[in-house]
Amino acid sequence: MKYLYYPGCSLKSSGKHYEISLLAVLQKLGIEVEELENWNCCGATNYMSINENYALEITARNLGIAEKQGGDEVIVPCAACFMGFLKTQKYMESESGIRDRVNQILNHSGLSYNGKVQIRHPLDLLVNQLGADALTRTVEMPLKDLKVASYYGCQLIRPYATFDDQWNPHTMDDIARAMGATPVDWPLKSRCCSGSMTSTMTDIGLRMNYVILKEAKSRGADVIITACPLCQFNLECFQGKISRKLKDDVRIPVMYFTQLMGLAMGIPAKKLGLKQMLSPSLVLN
Amino acid sequence: MPVNEEARVGFYICHCGHNIANMVDVTAVAEYAAKLPNVVLSRDYKYMCSDPGQEMIAKDVEVFKLNRIVVASCSPLLHENTFRTATSKAGINQFYFQMVNIRENASWVHEDKEMATLKAKDLVRAAISRVVFHKALEKKKVPVNPDVLIVGGGISGISAALTIANAGKKVYLVEKEPTIGGYMAKFDKTFPTLDCAACILTPKMSAVLKHPGITLLSYSEVSAVDGYVGNYHVKVTRKPRYIIEEKCVGCFACIDACIFKEAKFSDEFNEGLSKRKPVYIPFPQATPQVVLIDDKTCIHFKTGKCPQTCAKACDRNAFDFDQKPVVQELEVGTILLCTGFQPFDAARAPYYGYGRYSNVYTSLEVERLVNASGPTGGHVVLRDKSKPKSIGIIHCVGSRDEKTNKWCSRVCCMYSLKLAHLLKEHTDAEIYNFYIDMRTPGKGYEEFYDKLLNEGVHFIRGRVAEVSDWAINDHEKGKLVIRVEDTLIGMVRRIPVDMVVLAVGIEPGKDAQDIRRMFNISCSNEGFFLERHPKLAPVETFTDGIYIAGACQGPRDIPDSVAQAGAAAAQALALIDSGFVELEPNTAFITEELCCGCQVCINMCPYHAITFDDGKGKSHINEALCKGCGTCVAACGSGAITQNLFEDQQILSEIYGLLVE
Amino acid sequence: MNASSSEILTQGLTVKLEADLDKNFGETIAREAHGEKLFGCIQCGNCSAACPLSVWMDYTPRKVIAMVRAGFKQEVLSNRTVWLCASCYQCTVECPKGIKITDVMYALKREAIENKIYPKNFPVPILARTFYSEVKRTGRINEIFLLTNYYLRYNIFKMLGYASLGVRLFMKRRLSLFEKGMTNRKEFRSMLNQ
Ligand code: SF4
Ligand code: SF4
Ligand code: SF4
Ligand code: SF4
Repeated sequence: MKYLYYPGCSLKSSGKHYEISLLAVLQKLGIEVEELENWNCCGATNYMSINENYALEITARNLGIAEKQGGDEVIVPCAACFMGFLKTQKYMESESGIRDRVNQILNHSGLSYNGKVQIRHPLDLLVNQLGADALTRTVEMPLKDLKVASYYGCQLIRPYATFDDQWNPHTMDDIARAMGATPVDWPLKSRCCSGSMTSTMTDIGLRMNYVILKEAKSRGADVIITACPLCQFNLECFQGKISRKLKDDVRIPVMYFTQLMGLAMGIPAKKLGLKQMLSPSLVLN
Repeated sequence: MPVNEEARVGFYICHCGHNIANMVDVTAVAEYAAKLPNVVLSRDYKYMCSDPGQEMIAKDVEVFKLNRIVVASCSPLLHENTFRTATSKAGINQFYFQMVNIRENASWVHEDKEMATLKAKDLVRAAISRVVFHKALEKKKVPVNPDVLIVGGGISGISAALTIANAGKKVYLVEKEPTIGGYMAKFDKTFPTLDCAACILTPKMSAVLKHPGITLLSYSEVSAVDGYVGNYHVKVTRKPRYIIEEKCVGCFACIDACIFKEAKFSDEFNEGLSKRKPVYIPFPQATPQVVLIDDKTCIHFKTGKCPQTCAKACDRNAFDFDQKPVVQELEVGTILLCTGFQPFDAARAPYYGYGRYSNVYTSLEVERLVNASGPTGGHVVLRDKSKPKSIGIIHCVGSRDEKTNKWCSRVCCMYSLKLAHLLKEHTDAEIYNFYIDMRTPGKGYEEFYDKLLNEGVHFIRGRVAEVSDWAINDHEKGKLVIRVEDTLIGMVRRIPVDMVVLAVGIEPGKDAQDIRRMFNISCSNEGFFLERHPKLAPVETFTDGIYIAGACQGPRDIPDSVAQAGAAAAQALALIDSGFVELEPNTAFITEELCCGCQVCINMCPYHAITFDDGKGKSHINEALCKGCGTCVAACGSGAITQNLFEDQQILSEIYGLLVE
Repeated sequence: MNASSSEILTQGLTVKLEADLDKNFGETIAREAHGEKLFGCIQCGNCSAACPLSVWMDYTPRKVIAMVRAGFKQEVLSNRTVWLCASCYQCTVECPKGIKITDVMYALKREAIENKIYPKNFPVPILARTFYSEVKRTGRINEIFLLTNYYLRYNIFKMLGYASLGVRLFMKRRLSLFEKGMTNRKEFRSMLNQ
């Protein structure tokens, strides 16, 4: 199986530690990935808000490149990119008008997308393809007594994804359990973090993140793990500001699930991007 | 306390789960009863009506040689029969039983346990002192006449008639209009399937006419009812059509020949949207296919000076201008009332402008407008013949309103949706539905609503306040302006339309009260016929042998009416096939030696049960007709009349028991 | 015509005349949102209750649907409500009638931009447009350029509030000026210009 890898813009900048830790974990598990050549931004929600055709075209371009590059599956770690990929795939599959138009445009660049390459999220790869047992076998330092709140955010699991339970997602909990930690059951697993609203409608954005941090903390979590660069960024980078503004200390380590895995698997902190975190990250002893 | 040496009473008190035991100290009552005279045995038990409870009575009768049973429990309406049967199974006459209601009369209506217990003891004591003087009685059996009378030839009456006649019974179907079919005959399509109403109804109508087991008495009304379950005697008045029904073949030659060249008189079947002549047939498929003359508009009846061109045109000599109302007498065993409803009179909601603005219509008028055989041949046009470009349908007209009818008429949401669909189809106008709540509980109904939503019909939630022709801009000029709060958007809207349709509700028929009195049944507060039990006996009435079906019992649509007609038919057939009815023996009888022949009782009896035997010079009571009301007993100056189960000694000792500890 | 009555009666914001509605608005949006069956909406309000942003919206998602299909174009497009939608798809997965409300919101945003009637100086559409042109320019997003351009268009002073966060991220190498970009930007741009 040839895995391609689409990082997306975030994993190259503010979410750099997601990329670093993901690649380290995959390497340790012996999974090779090949970065997509000359990929472009997925457009996120913004392209959909302005021009739907463009939004579909630019994502289809990435899928076209993946097909051309000859992969079986493309790994898409960013939740927003992942959703955008699935949406494009779905629309091209179900609406022939869109399929023909988009492919016609891709043709100019010598590309086309015919649904051959499968779109996969790392969580799906790790939990459903590899299996929790395989993961447990790689654990060197079980995360005993660690209470983990898995935070999936919105677009990772809905509306198109099928790899997890949309109403009560569990793949990250499965991973936490495999690493020896204890997942915390909480109701805000897939509540929206407000996305980019932390920089547009700051007040609203901060409040939306506050309720998530607050609930995770009050359920006794030691750490929140995420699989979305925007969620991670919001929860991590704004938690100080939120705590000051709303006069309630909701600071708590927020890290990528891959960083948590890396720790349990004995990968050195340096190779997990832990140094690049702004808020206190998990310290293991 | 009166004593009867031979009586050995077994007393039982029921907990009824917590229903009684929570408020009445049942053990205390049982202990108390045990000490009363004549009581041989006293027990309390969780559920006396259960099988073990009933078996306990049988066992005790055998072991303790009991010959009287008293059960203190719920209402006799519920379980008197159960315990009478248990008593009789135990080998003693079922009238050696007395029931005490300590639930409705004590535990449910009191909050002080001590007092409730005291009351229960009093009631129990009264029953025990009465039961010792009970006598063995036998129930009388009278045969059931298998013939059935059905009143009302709408879809309910038609369905019931066919079901019963198909079971091989004789049916008399009485319809007051000149044709059967009822309101359904006026409808264009039916919801939610949109089958054509006429296409599914008219075959049933002709089946009624052709059925050898059904005698159709159209243009007739029941004028008197007598008798009792299994044996009713009914008088039906047949109104004059001035046409000999058997001779008329429905060729309509007379209609063409009528001296009125133009139809001039309001056509009832088309809700006044077209005209008819004095000699007419309500609609082409009317059943029976017989014309009639309206004597209020016919020149012959008004002046006596008409050349009677109609009669001359009839080559079958069917005319008889001298016809008079004829009374026909019927003997039947059971009666089904399917007398239907009347639509709410839209003029009673003046704020919607019916009668003031010509383009405000009732839903029934619109049913006729969209109907291909209606007054406009199915073209939906306004009174000035123009086609409406926008139509507002107002739901709940007359319904759910303290000022008019409080109830939900159940059918209006669905028929409004149906009309919205048909109007859209016929006119392609913008259609607005104004509703308070959308009520679509029925098979395929919500799906129909969904279909309408997606057909581009507008739905605005809010009760329309007013329809008027007050325009405040050019757009509204010449239109009817509907004022409503769009409660889902939170803004008041003014919506100008060309046509307004009022979804009028269902209310009890005009003559419901007369019918109720004639058949000796009851109506609920709003005036619909009252069923014996809202859940468990929905088609029975408190008068045995009289059943109700269709919208006379409450608002309902066609499927529900047909289902109810089937249920009523089944009830009637069950009674017929049981062959006989048992009469309660609580009737009065005259001791001839004491009767002085004054005949005072005869006029007192509301059921005409007493006759005078001229030979003997004494009065005589017909047991089958006596309902046990007791009026004559009290009226008889000679003390010659006794009533079973209510003999002086029984009543007096009951009173004594109640008052003296 | 007595235009004055009309003026008096519609002075408040609570009365709406049919003449002021855009009767085709519902159809347009339904089409834009891939034939969304928004006319099938039964106004149950599930979307509004599910929406994590509805507490800050002027019109709840349910109301937006009602207004769209009734033709309240001006009200809906000039309001900030649709811009508060974070595209979290909660409403979409819960709607009992299978209406993709998120896609309807997207369609409304596009319609607002096309008609140039979105709330003045409202940050969300500005960020969307900045993002849009950044990607068009370089094929990828560089957060430094994106945010700088965004604040330049929106309100440069607001940027100061984020300066320290930016600096810290920069120090942690989570923001970079020199991220490797696409090598064939021209081809990418020409694709979008087709
Ligand atoms: S009697 Fe005269 S008016 Fe009456 S129906 Fe016959 S022709 Fe017509
Ligand atoms: S008891 Fe009543 S019904 Fe019976 S005969 Fe006397 S008056 Fe008539
Ligand atoms: S959840 Fe769906 S049906 Fe309910 S109000 Fe929202 S859009 Fe309408
Ligand atoms: S997609 Fe938008 S409207 Fe729907 S729930 Fe999320 S934020 Fe609310």
